[in-house]
Amino acid sequence: MHDASAHNQVAHHAPPTSFIRKHVFSLDHKVIGKQYYGLALVAVLVGMALSWLMRIHLGWTNFAIPGLHLLSKNGAPGNVMTPEFYLQLMTMHATIMVFFVLTTAPFAAFGNYFLPIQVGAEDMPFPHFNMMSFWVTFVAFLVLVSSFFVGQGPTLGGWTQYAPLSALGEVTGPGQGSGVVLWAISIAMFCVGQLLGSLNFITTTLDMRTRGMSLWRLPLSSWSWFITSCMGLTAFAVLMPACILLILDHVAGTSFFAPGGSVINDQVQPHSGGSTLLWQHLFWFFGHPEVYIAIVPGMGIVSHVLVTNMRKPMLSHRVLVYSFGALAVLSYMVYGHHMFVSGMNPVSSLAFSFPTLIITIPSTVIVLIWLGSLYGAKLRINAASLFSLGFISMFIAGGVSGFFLAQPSTDIMLHATYFVVGHFHMVMGVAAMFGIFAGTYFWFPKMFGRMMNETLGRIHFWFSFVGAYAIFMPFHYLGMAGNVRRYQAFTPDYMQPLVPLHQFITIAALVTGVAQLVFLYNLFHSRFWGKPASDNPWQATSLEWSTPTTPPPHNNFGDKLPEVYHDPYQYGVESSLGDYVMQASPEQVKTVHDEA
Amino acid sequence: MRKESSFAAVLSAVVLVCSGALILNQKVSAAGEGKISGTVRLDGPAPHMKGIEMSKDPYCAKAHANEPAHLEQVVVGSNGGLQNVVLYITEGLPASALAEAPKEVLVFDQKNCMYTPHVLAMDAGQTFKVTSSDQTTHNIHPLPNPMTGNIPWNQSQPPGAAPIEKSWKAPEVIPVKCNIHPWMNGWHVVVKGPYAVTDGSGNYSINNVPPGNYAVTAWQELYGTQTQKVTVAAGKAGTADFTFKAK
Amino acid sequence: MAKFFAITILVIAILSAIPILRHTWWMAEDISTHGAPIDEQMSETMAEAGISFLASQFILAFFIWKFSNPRPGEKIKNFPGGAKAMVWAAVLLVGTEVLALGVFGAKAWANVYFTPPSSSAMPVQVQSGQFAFYFRYPGPDGKFAPIHPELISESTQNFYGLDTNNDPDAKDDIVTAEMAIPVNREIHLLMHSKDVGHSFFVPELRVQQDFVPGLDLSLHFTATKVGRYEIVCTQLCGLGHYNMKAYLSVLSQQDFDDWMKKEAAMQ
Repeated sequence: MHDASAHNQVAHHAPPTSFIRKHVFSLDHKVIGKQYYGLALVAVLVGMALSWLMRIHLGWTNFAIPGLHLLSKNGAPGNVMTPEFYLQLMTMHATIMVFFVLTTAPFAAFGNYFLPIQVGAEDMPFPHFNMMSFWVTFVAFLVLVSSFFVGQGPTLGGWTQYAPLSALGEVTGPGQGSGVVLWAISIAMFCVGQLLGSLNFITTTLDMRTRGMSLWRLPLSSWSWFITSCMGLTAFAVLMPACILLILDHVAGTSFFAPGGSVINDQVQPHSGGSTLLWQHLFWFFGHPEVYIAIVPGMGIVSHVLVTNMRKPMLSHRVLVYSFGALAVLSYMVYGHHMFVSGMNPVSSLAFSFPTLIITIPSTVIVLIWLGSLYGAKLRINAASLFSLGFISMFIAGGVSGFFLAQPSTDIMLHATYFVVGHFHMVMGVAAMFGIFAGTYFWFPKMFGRMMNETLGRIHFWFSFVGAYAIFMPFHYLGMAGNVRRYQAFTPDYMQPLVPLHQFITIAALVTGVAQLVFLYNLFHSRFWGKPASDNPWQATSLEWSTPTTPPPHNNFGDKLPEVYHDPYQYGVESSLGDYVMQASPEQVKTVHDEA
Repeated sequence: MRKESSFAAVLSAVVLVCSGALILNQKVSAAGEGKISGTVRLDGPAPHMKGIEMSKDPYCAKAHANEPAHLEQVVVGSNGGLQNVVLYITEGLPASALAEAPKEVLVFDQKNCMYTPHVLAMDAGQTFKVTSSDQTTHNIHPLPNPMTGNIPWNQSQPPGAAPIEKSWKAPEVIPVKCNIHPWMNGWHVVVKGPYAVTDGSGNYSINNVPPGNYAVTAWQELYGTQTQKVTVAAGKAGTADFTFKAK
Repeated sequence: MAKFFAITILVIAILSAIPILRHTWWMAEDISTHGAPIDEQMSETMAEAGISFLASQFILAFFIWKFSNPRPGEKIKNFPGGAKAMVWAAVLLVGTEVLALGVFGAKAWANVYFTPPSSSAMPVQVQSGQFAFYFRYPGPDGKFAPIHPELISESTQNFYGLDTNNDPDAKDDIVTAEMAIPVNREIHLLMHSKDVGHSFFVPELRVQQDFVPGLDLSLHFTATKVGRYEIVCTQLCGLGHYNMKAYLSVLSQQDFDDWMKKEAAMQ
């Protein structure tokens, strides 16, 4: 609950007029949100292209990919991919996707654009920090990509950058010198960007809510961004120093992560006293919350989109919010399940196993609330709701494989196999992407004042949904058969009979990937030539649909901030508008209270 | 008037260049006349060479299924001749003989998961080509000392990939490893000027040596180097035989 | 569209389950003495995960089928049990399910990791390095000679940095590229890495354990079936990771002794 005086403390900035201040170094959270979206879009295309190259190589190992040598000086003699180049592509694919797509798009892009509007604020409290957050992230992306063009190319150490492979320098392989340093600089910068962003998100949610907007009246998407920013503030604050220590191991001759007595190429390495497990602990203390940083905003967006398209409130708003919160808290206690066979004390493995199993309870509650809310709904089918329902299906499919990885005993057989790859691609990769797509189809009219093409959206959905299952379900089978991940080829061994399955996956990945171009076309075509959108095309209730214009004006709500009278999702009521009443509408109607 | 003088200048320049080229050409052909030859032997029983197990890569293991591979540190012929010894001139070469590296492109092949030849000698600046006759991916990782000006590199070569062409800037003995097959090791012996490597009987012949007094050095990977004085007279080859003591 | 979507979900769910039920791609046969509880745990988890997967996909499909395209004027309905039912279902069903898994899984884990190797177990050392495993047997004296990192030389096949000139213990140590063990004999595997992180994974043996540079770790197991199996590295260790392998030969005692003689001659 908030009084208006708090808002008067925020400096009212006049709309900028120069091109640079309006579109480049903008302080407007909406422009920054769109910039983040653009960055994620570029990053996802790069990441997807890299995955195609990898997939082709996995299916047909010695196939010469025309033009591949242009990407790397040494990585593709005669256009045939070398093992090191495969690993470099893999590392870059993962880093770009996890950091610059799955973190930026659902959290930084949509959150920036819609969190201030959904809480009824005219902007974020620290616009300069917000601008810095984007530009630091942007430079971080450039630094990461630049590693393709320096020395022996980007790092091949995987997105987890396990030490001492990452700490000893070029002796451990191509790209392990300057490539790792650039990687660590990029990620440390990314952390700074997200710390600034999280700070803004938290303050916006706590201090910038408009009159009548109590915390429980926040839409689920806002709740998910708020909870995610709390995780971001604590997780990125751990990864950043870890990256700095890693950089020091390279440039200052320190030995934080490199133990003594390592012999590489018959030479004893000049390090001693470092701990390789220290890196793993620091990394996963960030790494597991990061998984939830990627997926919780997706859950929030999907809930928000579904509620609107179900025309009824969630079974329980509060239980969902509590479950999001439980995920966030538990995510810090489970990270050890990445390290069951790492040589850490086997008792710790058990200790990490139980919270990991328990985290399925809030996840299950979330899924059951979604399913229970679908019961008796008046479900509208459109591209946004299809992707939301697809998200639920993917989240279930990827979630159940977590049972296996949560137990150290079964993890012995599945650790570091394609089972893990299938698990996280479904549960945080594809599911989060579906969340991004749902958000895009849903909010595009508000962001650009035009509707996206519905038919193209559905075509995009069908290829993505069926394609994602065709690609990632077989990963689980590969894992069951013991196919180790991060192998660039399968030499005559027990994995070679699995190559046909890899070829099937490759074909599915290429087809699914090409279908994404439909989305890209839809996005750009609709941006300029789409059907003009009304202020509230989905008959939705939250504040972003109450702006005086579409897209919203510079200060979001014009002269007067809205006042909130209702819980966020007043659907299935009788009002002057039909079956819903907007949060900012003073109209009193008989509402169905959803508190459990 | 001006035209004429410039014409004369061009003409004289052409004459100068042509005669210069002729003189240089003469020198090169003179260098081709002499040579240093001899035999390198091992004194004593050849040391035991450990067998190499290649089971980790079934392709390699299959290639050596009938006859296991052995280390190639010391390879002795039936006559006691020592193979893979590099001979090169350490003293007495005129600057002109050092000016240009031979045009011949050397081949460093990977065959049956071993390097062929095990020791590749070359002139600084001479181009060599790394090829693979194997249906398995190899990695070529030479480990020069960066202080010499030679830049280390580390690159893999899958089956079907193009050969890798490189050269070394400075004289140095460079170990070459394959990181994928840890038993694979070879040597790039980079020298300045003419060189030779002994064959299976320990014989060698350094060609293109102009007449003069020289110091010839023999390098063997386990036993190190030995140097001898040799004289090459016009039309007569110099001879230098070396003997390494087994240990 | 909605009905088509519901059917698609159903079909995908069923198709996904078929290879699992038919074991089209499945774990290799267990040859260890400790593997049975792990396999049992795997089947139980598969059953519970499979039921959860199919049930929730079916419900999702059914609700999409049933509650889309409503007739005009149709009223929304609330789920009879409300959110409370869902929370209880999650806590009771899934909670007990995962707790049961956790408790039984812990037993299977304890089986492997909390029982020390017996004193009669045969010690074998394994050293991982970019990108090969090398094994060491102590030889007749039963003693592993100390390792000198500065003497390690792959090019002369001194993988363990043994000082064979001065150290009598080192003379009889047998270093091999392939691991051979006698069948039905407990093995105490002493693990260390010479450079970066690696892992020791033999699916048939139901063991997977990382090598941690700077730490000495160990595993113990008994193989019950003669055969040739593969040891693979599962921890990304550099460009040759995909080719970091070794074979594990489980031999009869007689064959093992012969093998050992042959290897001793190769040194």
